Amino acid sequence: MTGVAFLLNGTPVRLGETSPTRTLLQYLREDRGLTGTKEGCNEGDCGACTVIVTDEHGPRALNACILFLPQLHGKAVRTVEAIAAPDGTLHPVQQAMVDHHGSQCGFCTPGFIASMAAAHAQGRKDHDVVLAGNLCRCTGYAPIIRAAEAAEGQPLPAWMEDDRAFILAQISSGVRGQTAPGAFRPETTDELADWYAAHPDATLVAGATDVGLWVTKQLRGLPQVAFLNGIAEMQRIEAQGDFIRIGAGVTLTDLRAAMAGPHPAFAAMLTRYASEQVRNAATIGGNIANGSPIGDGPPALIALGATLHLRGGTARREMALEDFFLDYRKQDRQPGEFVEAITIPATAPGLRVWKLSKRFDQDISAVLGAFNLTVAGCTITGARIAFGGMAGIPKRATAMEATLIGQPFTRAAFEAARAAAAQDFTPLSDMRASAAYRLETAGNMALRYWHEASGAGVDVLEVRA
Amino acid sequence: MSIGKPLPHDAAALHVTGAARYTDDIPLPADALHLAFGLSTCAHGAITAMDLSAVRTAPGVIAVFSAEDWPEMPDCSPSLGDEPLLATSEVHYVGQPVFLVVAESHLAARKAARLGRISYDERPALLTVEDALAANSRFEQGPVIWARGDAAAAIGKAPQVVEGQFEVGGQEHFYLEGQVAAALPQEGGDMVVHSSTQHPTEIQHKVAHALHLPMSAVRVEVRRMGGGFGGKESQGNHLAIACAMAAHATGRPCKMRYDRDDDMVITGKRHDLKIGYRAGFDATGRILGVEFTHLFRCGWSQDLSLPVADRAMLHADNAYFLENIRIESHRLRTNTQSNTAYRGFGGPQGVVGIERVVDHVAHALKLDPVAVRRRNFYAEAAEGGLSAPPGPPEDISRQKMTAGVFRAENPGTGHRYGGTHSPKAVVQATPYGMPVEDFCLRAMLDELERTSDYAARRAEIARWNAGSPVLKRGIALTPVKFGISFTLTWLNQAGALVHVYQDGSIRLNHGGTEMGQGLFLKVAQVAASVFGVDVAAVKITATDTAKVPNTSATAASSGSDMNGMAAQAACLTIRDRMAAFMAGKFGVEPAQVRFEGGMVRVAGEAFPLAQVAAWAYQARVSLSATGFYATPKLQWDRVKGQGRPFLYFAYGAAVTEVVIDTLTGENRILRTDILHDTGASLNPAIDIGQVEGAYVQGAGWLTTEELVWDGKGRLMTHAPSTYKIPACSDRPPVFNVALWNRPNREETVGRSKAVGEPPFMLGISALMALSDAVAACGDGSAYPALDAPATAERVLAAVRRQVGDV
Repeated sequence: MTGVAFLLNGTPVRLGETSPTRTLLQYLREDRGLTGTKEGCNEGDCGACTVIVTDEHGPRALNACILFLPQLHGKAVRTVEAIAAPDGTLHPVQQAMVDHHGSQCGFCTPGFIASMAAAHAQGRKDHDVVLAGNLCRCTGYAPIIRAAEAAEGQPLPAWMEDDRAFILAQISSGVRGQTAPGAFRPETTDELADWYAAHPDATLVAGATDVGLWVTKQLRGLPQVAFLNGIAEMQRIEAQGDFIRIGAGVTLTDLRAAMAGPHPAFAAMLTRYASEQVRNAATIGGNIANGSPIGDGPPALIALGATLHLRGGTARREMALEDFFLDYRKQDRQPGEFVEAITIPATAPGLRVWKLSKRFDQDISAVLGAFNLTVAGCTITGARIAFGGMAGIPKRATAMEATLIGQPFTRAAFEAARAAAAQDFTPLSDMRASAAYRLETAGNMALRYWHEASGAGVDVLEVRA
Repeated sequence: MSIGKPLPHDAAALHVTGAARYTDDIPLPADALHLAFGLSTCAHGAITAMDLSAVRTAPGVIAVFSAEDWPEMPDCSPSLGDEPLLATSEVHYVGQPVFLVVAESHLAARKAARLGRISYDERPALLTVEDALAANSRFEQGPVIWARGDAAAAIGKAPQVVEGQFEVGGQEHFYLEGQVAAALPQEGGDMVVHSSTQHPTEIQHKVAHALHLPMSAVRVEVRRMGGGFGGKESQGNHLAIACAMAAHATGRPCKMRYDRDDDMVITGKRHDLKIGYRAGFDATGRILGVEFTHLFRCGWSQDLSLPVADRAMLHADNAYFLENIRIESHRLRTNTQSNTAYRGFGGPQGVVGIERVVDHVAHALKLDPVAVRRRNFYAEAAEGGLSAPPGPPEDISRQKMTAGVFRAENPGTGHRYGGTHSPKAVVQATPYGMPVEDFCLRAMLDELERTSDYAARRAEIARWNAGSPVLKRGIALTPVKFGISFTLTWLNQAGALVHVYQDGSIRLNHGGTEMGQGLFLKVAQVAASVFGVDVAAVKITATDTAKVPNTSATAASSGSDMNGMAAQAACLTIRDRMAAFMAGKFGVEPAQVRFEGGMVRVAGEAFPLAQVAAWAYQARVSLSATGFYATPKLQWDRVKGQGRPFLYFAYGAAVTEVVIDTLTGENRILRTDILHDTGASLNPAIDIGQVEGAYVQGAGWLTTEELVWDGKGRLMTHAPSTYKIPACSDRPPVFNVALWNRPNREETVGRSKAVGEPPFMLGISALMALSDAVAACGDGSAYPALDAPATAERVLAAVRRQVGDV
């Protein structure tokens, strides 16, 4: 039996013949007349299309414009039309937005409401993080934050519990895992491995935060596609002695939470990785396999000394993550082979990860620098430094590393490392930054490392008026 | 009285539940068609061949149109008639619509539009203002020059001189709702158009022209826009006209909405420009003479560039009395998007120029820039001086003007200057000869410097910087004085249509459009106040060219000033009729009939408005009226650059504190304090919302919002992934906004002042605070000379110049 089944605003939906690349937003607006959810950018950057999707992990905000219908299988979707009670009573975040003048033109408002209601259900108070993926051009955000704060701690309305109850009931009854037409939706890694070996030209879709744009912007089709978000075993994070194994299907949201203890600098950078909605969908496996030179995960993971686990059919192999990236958009991946997991060290106290972008939140890096130094006494004994945005691939800065290793931990050593950046990189100019800026700031990050260790303030985000 | 209450937006409950309907949400008949443009990939060239066969055979395509299909190409221009809907023989920028696809779905139309094969004979493209200057490619014959005094001589004699040139970037509107329109063919060839537009009458006019119909055969309706900011003043014409042409050709409803990337590639933006300046000043910072050169990059067609560039000249003084000034404005034609209206309409570009000069002067003198600002302010108006009651336009000829200063012949006796208690019988004039009668920035700065603790914080920041090797903080206070009225004088008119039904319910319509600014609510508050009812009793309705004709764009911040007055007039007409009727019924004078608290009080009795309406109806009293308003006192000679283009000025000031990272150029706004003048506010909640939003948008313009074109004229920042408007965390974490709640001296509705545009320029304080932080990296010998937008990259480059590492 084929089809996609999900709960939409409390009502079960079962779709038969649906294109695997039809987005939830198209379905809502064009097929269901649910026009409350808006299209602002059609690429996951503005949040006007945000909806609440609930599964066994709970409710989360997702961008409907780059969410394919098969990804929703077995989940519950709630749109802005169903965030108020059936009798019209407003949800606390809705009432607060009215009371605090949080809407002006109102076009972004449904997306804000969905993000705020999801965060309210999660008990979140980090509103700037929650709302980084919702753009508003009218209000300057201040009244929206006042509204979010006012709604904090107000009880979760009863009608918002329904989705979770439905999902839990569905799980207990074992109703899961149908495949969508024209697409494959494996539930185990073995199923994926077998199918992908037989269909090596297929596209693997995890969160669709990049592939979604192939469809909505490049207007490409996906003739053969597997949706991976049903593979629970790829979504695990496991401690393995001195290492942590991270399944390829782990979302950036879950990775960020897991890194807060062992690698706080990595976790802090992940707070600026795209937006809440994108992190809720995107996976670390997708971030790696995509091979982008400006992905934020790989440089940090390379600096950590991550090992990549690939699987093709029944064969598995592993390699240092930096060896996976061969050239611009070219990886050491055989047909039918996919990223299964990565492992990273459980500790790296000398890790610092810094992201430079035109805007702090929800932006693509101009430069991402990751420095993992080990110091014994006053001597730098180890250095793994990697950058994104500086070459056609995420790349180690071997000359910078060499200038540091074996040197005393002094400003002079870091000045030397700064100068060595030019040996490591010949970056490009683009709309995000010039080559000269990239090279200069990549080197300056070495000096930032020293300043920070010396106790100077180096983070503009830490300064308060 | 509902005037003055901080009521929530009338559609707030609809916004938060997704029930507010925008143009793309309007259900259309099942046979509706969807449109997309095929776009030029060439910045300048002749079309040598066009193969649209793959477009025509693409799935779902119903029709394809290009220049050869229409004997006469409809024009989309709001001014010169130089914007064919589809390129005829030449293309003038990358993104220009070349052909039109009509298909069964939005997606089918978009897919088909990618399949056109167009060959060009490429010609040299003028992409920069330097290119255009060299080629003498411009609108109008030559530069527009307005001057007062002798700037060159004054600069020549001045003790000190600063000069420089800087870039000011453009700005994408990034209305969250992209451009969209739908046309529904009617019987007899009539057309109904739904459009997300600030200017329904313009849409009506252009659609009628395209279809060879009288305007009476075209009806345009706009319930609301998902943001406009000036970007929907003229840029919606293409979509509405395309829909109307396709609907006319196919007989089916047609809808067009741009995908975001198309929207950013096709439509015009805020004008970017280069500003050259030279200023002479004395040791106190008094500017003795200043010269500006504005090099506006207008893009390929004229659109609204002339009045935009004019307004920049009209704001080259900002809040400063400049006796000797010369402004030379070049409106340059380039092979890029046709730049257009954007909140402030050139005003911000003019203001940022003089604020830069003041900052530069202060740096040169090592003075607090606030001291230099105060040194150059216009003379303060008398406290509380309201203008005369309505009457003939005031004659200013009885005052003598010398060097831009009006001195009343009998100082202190005319009510014009606040009467006998007037502290100064002096009113200084702007460079274009308009007396500045309402100047209040000295008092506002007194207040703002106190509430923001400016002086102490400035000292504390200097101490903090001395102990911080990597991070540096900066602070700046900048003022704004912004002229209110359209500079094209005839646009300063508005109409309204009000009905009272026999059940006492009130239906309000006027020519203004709602784009989130709360106009509909403010006008409803005015109407409710006239009838003495709760605002909920006033039904707000969509803007509709069939109800109120010949409207001006909702622009120039004038929406509530003009439509509020027109609606008030209509309401008063009806109320006066009801009062006369009740007076007759109860044998009293009409003036003794009072409308308050939802009741009509007469002769010691009180009746619900509904009862009175029913009686009036039965007595055959007309309960419907139009209202009209024409802004008084305006007189403007654009050629000479002289007169009174504005009814009044709106004022404001902001203090912004920032921090920069001297290793990366990264920067943050830490705190902002604003005091803004909205007269006697019609709705303080709406006004504060406008101020907060405008500030953040203005700060975005000057910091992160960078438009980048490549060498082929292709816009590289055509989506929110690459074009960065402020996000949530970019707002000032400490953000104090207060209103200067003094009545407008002019007779505006409720003595309020316009608020849409003026606070946008408060964002300039962020740029100047960054300049201050950069200056903290050096020894005072080099001015930071930050270009805008001051991206991290530009801040870092400025820091390097400070430390001599260029």
